[in-house]
Amino acid sequence: MTIPPHWYLALGTGLFTVGVVGVLTRRNVIVILMSIELILNAVNINLVAFSRMFHSVDGQVFAIFVITDAAAEAAIGLGLIIALFRNKETVNADEIDLLKW
Amino acid sequence: MVILFYIAAIVAILAALGVVLQKTPVYSALLLIVVLCSLAVIYLLLGAEFIAFIQVIVYAGAIMVLFVLVIMLLNARRETPGQGSRMARWLGGPLLVVFLAEIVLAAWRQFPGAASPPPLNAGPAAIGQLLFRSYVLPFEVTSILILVAILGAVVLAKKS
Repeated sequence: MTIPPHWYLALGTGLFTVGVVGVLTRRNVIVILMSIELILNAVNINLVAFSRMFHSVDGQVFAIFVITDAAAEAAIGLGLIIALFRNKETVNADEIDLLKW
Repeated sequence: MVILFYIAAIVAILAALGVVLQKTPVYSALLLIVVLCSLAVIYLLLGAEFIAFIQVIVYAGAIMVLFVLVIMLLNARRETPGQGSRMARWLGGPLLVVFLAEIVLAAWRQFPGAASPPPLNAGPAAIGQLLFRSYVLPFEVTSILILVAILGAVVLAKKS
């Protein structure tokens, strides 16, 4: 009794969509970063599901690379947020408009 | 197995919705930990034990500690809703449903009723063999990426 691969892809799609909605609708930069983590996790589900589907370990190796990238992205993103907060005293994405004309 | 998959998937989707809809950043972070742990259950169901443990240790452990630390450090409070445009509010929902349905439909059409093959031997040994033989160059590039990220974080956090 195994689960067909569709369901994993559907779950990944759902998580990806929720993550995109979070990136587009939230104002808090920290929550936007968390939504990006959701998107990366949706990618990971797909990679691991395809690894199972095509019977090869390569997908899981790529999932490890994605997790590494997520760690680097979180470190840089949170460092940026702290630097921004120090200069602008805000974590709202729409109030950070230094580059707007 | 199937019931466990459905429980983990529903918990993951609901908690992800909570992450996005929740107005308090700390609750969002805690719900994101729930998402990551239920995804670890799904990786276990897929026979990817190593990824599941990495998910719990690196994601739910290290990365989320970083997030919670920054939320506490910046004292992020409840978020007040911004004034979005009216068109976005009316068009957003339908476009979202179309987008979701399109991807799910494409996936369904691409793999019609494919049965899962037998579980593959994907222990840490197999992954390590592949990582250090076929994927040595990406692995080394990733180590440079991490080094750059560390240097960048230090430079950003330094008081100028």
